[in-house]
Amino acid sequence: MIRFENVFKRYPERGEALGSVNLEVQAGEMVFLTGHSGAGKSTMLRLIGLIERPTRGQIVVNGRNLATLPRRQIPFYRREVGMIFQDHRLLPDRSVFDNVAMPLVVAGVGQKEIGRRVRAALDQVGLLSRERATPVALSGGEQQRVGIARAVVGRPPVLVADEPTGNLDPDLSREIFELFERFHYVGVTLMIATHDLNLVKSMRHRTLTLDAGRLVNDTGDW
Amino acid sequence: MAKQRSRRRRGPRLLDLPGIWLGQHWQTALETLGRLKENPLPSAMTVAVIGISLALPAALYVMTDNLRTMAGGWDQTAAISLFLRFETDDTHAKRLSQDLATWSEISRVHLITREQALEEFRALGGFEEALEEITKNPLPIVLAIYPTPTYSTPELLEGLQDKLLKLPEADFARMDTLWLQRFQAILDLVQSGSLLLGLLLGIGVLLIVGNTIRLEILNRRIEIEIMELVGATAAFIRRPFLYAGAWYGLLGGATAWLLVTISVLLLQQPVSRLASLYRSEFQLSGLGFAATGVTLGASVLLGLIGSWIAVNRHLRGAEPQ
Repeated sequence: MIRFENVFKRYPERGEALGSVNLEVQAGEMVFLTGHSGAGKSTMLRLIGLIERPTRGQIVVNGRNLATLPRRQIPFYRREVGMIFQDHRLLPDRSVFDNVAMPLVVAGVGQKEIGRRVRAALDQVGLLSRERATPVALSGGEQQRVGIARAVVGRPPVLVADEPTGNLDPDLSREIFELFERFHYVGVTLMIATHDLNLVKSMRHRTLTLDAGRLVNDTGDW
Repeated sequence: MAKQRSRRRRGPRLLDLPGIWLGQHWQTALETLGRLKENPLPSAMTVAVIGISLALPAALYVMTDNLRTMAGGWDQTAAISLFLRFETDDTHAKRLSQDLATWSEISRVHLITREQALEEFRALGGFEEALEEITKNPLPIVLAIYPTPTYSTPELLEGLQDKLLKLPEADFARMDTLWLQRFQAILDLVQSGSLLLGLLLGIGVLLIVGNTIRLEILNRRIEIEIMELVGATAAFIRRPFLYAGAWYGLLGGATAWLLVTISVLLLQQPVSRLASLYRSEFQLSGLGFAATGVTLGASVLLGLIGSWIAVNRHLRGAEPQ
């Protein structure tokens, strides 16, 4: 589902962020990505989300070679990859409903269908009763769950999450991770970057460790 | 209702797609209009500036158009009125007029006999008492000379006038249209000027709309970024800004139309009074149907182009670094 072939990423100001990463993630796998800050976790996810392009090497996601993907196809590719960010990236002046609906609005889904699917997604993250609230009125954990609802509302086959629990306490973090596990059980491929080693160990999923831009450990399928 | 629901469940069919596309556009159009209403003061100010910019050339157009209509009424007058000597009689004058009509410089000649002239004079009014006193018709026969179009230039008319005055029957001649031609030339100049002014102000409108849209794009940077991340196409992101530009243009054009129309209505009364003093039926006319269409069309186009420029400069689309 996600394949990295000899991927390098060099930033002009920071130097090498990823060096020679080779990786294969099967469809439906749930993979944790760990490592120190600056080890290249975010870079990997940004490459998968096609927010950035690699300096060298090939990335294939969901059968699409990102290097040869025409510019016009990028939006359609991004609809197949749900992205979750540490800072949620929610619009503070829009309701929870409108925030979650955004991927569907953008894809031209009809109003009725949007209502149905947004409520289904909010139900999955347990926020069905808060659809009219603005994100500011929600707690950090709730905000992150809105972010997750937005990422899954378009039913993408791939989900990537960059430090989704970075600002949350352990209990809330566990809740979020268990939520991810539920998507894993219905066949979604997940890649989650996190610092939370204790949680990762207790969840027993494949874990990749990055160090200074290199893949130094891969537990393989658990 | 049930039928509709079952169709929706199957998802969009190819035949429905144009409808969905139109619906999306319609929705975007309404949403952008709603957004303009959310910030009424800045929007109104932008619209007002566009309206005033467009009202100036439109008003100049209305002015020249009216003056042209007014001058058009005078175009029917003959270029040269040839007054015949008093001893010339009607039959002779008739022969002379037929003779003149064969000249290459002249397209037609209209004979006004003494009786006709007197009738006309009476019809003018105010002279009835004076005319009662007079037993003998004091008016001369007049030949109204209409030159061919090629002979309508001032120089050639002057030559024709000299030639006519050499006729033994001629008493004196009066050239009527020279000033009219000068007036037409001035009108042409003013109209060219208003076109130029319209061009300059049109560029101004482009800049105003462009800048307004640029600020809006900057204000909504974060939203645009998120939309790109969740898979919005460049067209989808551009669409509301283009619609906003078109709305600014349309509302500005409507404002311009309103300004011109109100001015015309305010001036209608005084102009009619002035015209009646000159015994004219002249009525001030506003922007006609076609001119209104051109004004609104041009303003929408200017708004669209202005926003298009801003959008192309400031929205790069979902371009990865």
